[in-house]
Amino acid sequence: MAITREEVLHVARLARLALSSDEADRMREQLGDILAYIRQLDRLDTSGVVPTSHAVETGTPYRDDSVHPFGEKEEILKNAPDREDDFFRVPRIIED
Amino acid sequence: MEFEAVIGLEVHAQLATESKIFCACSTGFGAPPNENTCPVCTGMPGVLPVLNRKAVEFAIRTAVATSCRVQTRSVFARKNYFYPDLPKAYQISQYELPLAVSGHIDIERNGTTRRVGITRIHLEEDAGKLVHAGAFAGAQTSLADLNRCSVPLMEIVSEPDIRTPEEGGAYLRRLRDILVYLEVCDGNMEEGSFRCDANVSVRPKGQKEFGTKAELKNMNSFRNVEKALEHEIRRQIEVIEDGGAVVQETRLWDADAGVTIPMRGKEEAHDYRYFPDPDLLPLHIDEAWVEELRKTIPELPGEKIARLASRYGVPRYDAELLSSSRLLADFFEASAAAFGGNPKVTANECIQWKEAIVAGRLSPETIAHVVEDRETGTISATASKTLVEAAIGTGKPVRQIRDEKGLTQISDAGALEAIVDKVIAGNPKEVESYRAGKTGLLSFFVGQIMKETRGKANPRMVQEVLKARLG
Amino acid sequence: MAGIPVHEWTLLDAARAIREREVSSRELTRALLERIDRVNPRINAYITVLPEQAMRDAAACDEEIAAGGARGPLHGVPVALKAIFCTKGIRTTCGSRILHDFDPPYDATVTGKIREAGAVLLGKQNMDEFAMGSSTETSWFGPARNPWATDRIPGGSSGGGTDTGGSIRQPASLCGVVGMKPTYGRVSRYGMVAFASSLDQGGPIARTVPDAAAVLGVIAGHDRRDSTSVDVPVPDYLAATGRSVRGMRVGLPREYFADGLDDSVRTAVEKALEALVSLGAESVEISLPHTEYALATYYIIGPAEASSNLARYDGVRYGYRSEGAKGLIEMMSRTRGEGFGAEVKRRIMIGTYALSAGYYEAYYGKAQKVRTLLRRDFQEAFAGVDVILTPTAPTPAFRIGEKVDDPLTMYLSDIYTIPCNLAGIPGISVPCGMSPDGLPIGAQLLGKHFDEEAIFAAAAAIEREIPLPRVAPEEG
Repeated sequence: MAITREEVLHVARLARLALSSDEADRMREQLGDILAYIRQLDRLDTSGVVPTSHAVETGTPYRDDSVHPFGEKEEILKNAPDREDDFFRVPRIIED
Repeated sequence: MEFEAVIGLEVHAQLATESKIFCACSTGFGAPPNENTCPVCTGMPGVLPVLNRKAVEFAIRTAVATSCRVQTRSVFARKNYFYPDLPKAYQISQYELPLAVSGHIDIERNGTTRRVGITRIHLEEDAGKLVHAGAFAGAQTSLADLNRCSVPLMEIVSEPDIRTPEEGGAYLRRLRDILVYLEVCDGNMEEGSFRCDANVSVRPKGQKEFGTKAELKNMNSFRNVEKALEHEIRRQIEVIEDGGAVVQETRLWDADAGVTIPMRGKEEAHDYRYFPDPDLLPLHIDEAWVEELRKTIPELPGEKIARLASRYGVPRYDAELLSSSRLLADFFEASAAAFGGNPKVTANECIQWKEAIVAGRLSPETIAHVVEDRETGTISATASKTLVEAAIGTGKPVRQIRDEKGLTQISDAGALEAIVDKVIAGNPKEVESYRAGKTGLLSFFVGQIMKETRGKANPRMVQEVLKARLG
Repeated sequence: MAGIPVHEWTLLDAARAIREREVSSRELTRALLERIDRVNPRINAYITVLPEQAMRDAAACDEEIAAGGARGPLHGVPVALKAIFCTKGIRTTCGSRILHDFDPPYDATVTGKIREAGAVLLGKQNMDEFAMGSSTETSWFGPARNPWATDRIPGGSSGGGTDTGGSIRQPASLCGVVGMKPTYGRVSRYGMVAFASSLDQGGPIARTVPDAAAVLGVIAGHDRRDSTSVDVPVPDYLAATGRSVRGMRVGLPREYFADGLDDSVRTAVEKALEALVSLGAESVEISLPHTEYALATYYIIGPAEASSNLARYDGVRYGYRSEGAKGLIEMMSRTRGEGFGAEVKRRIMIGTYALSAGYYEAYYGKAQKVRTLLRRDFQEAFAGVDVILTPTAPTPAFRIGEKVDDPLTMYLSDIYTIPCNLAGIPGISVPCGMSPDGLPIGAQLLGKHFDEEAIFAAAAAIEREIPLPRVAPEEG
């Protein structure tokens, strides 16, 4: 099933994946094959079948509304690639 | 050509729970950056959400209070997009199957009732805050504070039933009041616990199809919502009348300039790729739970305003003011009962001292006693103000303060006659002028008597006695 | 156990020996650390080894034994965790560059339970990047090698062990050990880095069926921090391994034994069936008619959920961040482009595509419906049988590099293990034969939801009837 280079680049942008030109080409081919394989599901008549949206169908469990502070701020920040005091620091958004 | 506006309002209300919607961090405002965080709300690898029951209760109560149908089964969905204040790169929200649908709010304006439909109510989590480092535009970085991540939000979407900016303002205020009555939200637009976006379009009057709509954001007060709507409606009409077409876009309200401007940057194709969140199971809400919560719904603003107006004979405008807070309304009713006299007088008094009452600095008895003393002439109007202020300051019973300060008026006719006679005797020239027709001099005599009594004479009685004596 | 080298002991033997003070945890741990030192450079099973910490933990265990208390059934026994389980203070990489230096601020529930049971953590094990793969060739830390033939794959994605499409069972089959994926919701996923949330489950890879049962007994149980964790009591899995299989109805799905199945695999699995029948079990031919659609279904649902679960790796709060990007979007895109390997990127792309506007119904929506049909297949089959017997993998281990550039062919290795994840039922792989090349072959047993006991019983019976070496001969 053919997928165009434009579609590949669009999906890559949605997924925030920078692809080299070679990668984009390879991806187009491989994705095309995989998507073609996947389309065999079209052969199945699933009208009236309820989708399995959850692996378990019981109701979602709850927690009480009580505060239990994690209390270890440094643990949350310690892996930050860049930080300023207790903030996570990132590059600004640049308008295209 | 005459145009009409079609407006839909989308409100995000921060729920007043103690803890966040999917983890046990505090929702408290104003903490140092990244203080109220944990692995779950910061999207660490391997974490999972667990739903706060209270958030669900608050949403159910809101749904009941706005006549919505609570769905027996609703589903949490992931809204996927990338942003530094969104740690999981998806927001847990509800999409195809929201918690409640098909409600309405009635707003009364100029004697008529307008019904604004509510399309849906659903639960979702808030994102964090991104601050742009440095005050100058050339700053290269932004700073992310994730304290607000996962604070529970309730999204309430109205039908596009609103036709004027004023209606929009009235709808928002009524909705806010309902949420505050239910104690599910602080309702503070300036602080961000109650947020509003608008969808606005115009169409020729009589046309069935909607025009192209623009989405408005960045309105941080009710007044600003009204102004932004006003401006946008005019702008769209102008565009059309000039032969152009309205563009479907997001526009930001610039309060300083008084205009809406298109959002900067290329309009990202918003493909959120919603799908049911596999980490949360379906939300099951049965009739029994809804009924149990229905019992906890207090008298709502609309009902209260109508009842106060009819039962106490207060003008509707005053009833609305009194109903702006449950505390104030309850206070008024208690105070009117304690006074037992004309409730309109109590109403005026309560409205005058609104701030102090809502701040909990006064008791219903205080107002009742002050009103009673003033009506019986025991104290003057000036004294009553002094007494209430003193009651706020000291917390003492108001009659105790009155006696301590000796603020009881002289209202005894006999005592007053003696003083009146004294003043008349001491000012023969003015008496003559008055009797000759200068009736304006009455206030001079009143002033003299007030001086004589150091302000304690009951001015009304003084006038009566003076008129009688002067002839 | 005289004469058997310590590293060939079963877990239960080791636990007993420690309890009865025949050996100390320190001795056992030291012996295993030395073996890792010797063998790991060749096999690359470990990403992180923790020699000092392990010895400290072992010493603590020995003191506790001396004082008269054992913490739990795994007291003093050295174990390893797949690099997908969060271990506070210990690097948790998921086999990826994007988490190559990630130090979790918390322990996974499974990690906590292992520690509570008294086990000693030797290290974190290699895996396909983010558990996506069937060969452990996609690990950023280099491929792991099959100890039976180091030019061959050990299977993937574990390590030891989480299973999303077979990642516990398939490597177990290819390496001649036991691997078990419990019912969905049996073991807490809290702290188990997510790949496909509705399919992922943690489970044991162990030398023997009783070993696996003992470990499952430790890690299973309801967890309030995992909303998909099911509150069902944990039975005595170890006891179940001793149960008789007389009268057990064993289903053989014809779709799993079609033409084209590797001969040596077919022969080995038939031997497993014979073993069960000889003990009084009954073989029943069944059909799972939608089997051929399972792979396609999995390769939509898995990648769709993964594309969302892996979106958090954006270089903002932890992990790898690309240098020198101009602006936020470029930073995120380059971080992910450089931080993820080819297979992960491929699956993120498939998943993003399948969820994207205009394609949701055709792909994700459709796959969810087919998933219902697959679950129904099993429900109907289990109305007439107690367990289902199939091969675990279609072939013995293939050569490293043989399939890594051909994703579709690679995906086909999961063809027998995937339906089980889609249905949420438990599955176990137990060695049942060897190929002419001397490569291990495993048989898979599938059970009803929360009926791990039945498959433990059947697997243990096969294991007793078909004893096979559980340790690869040491290469020269």
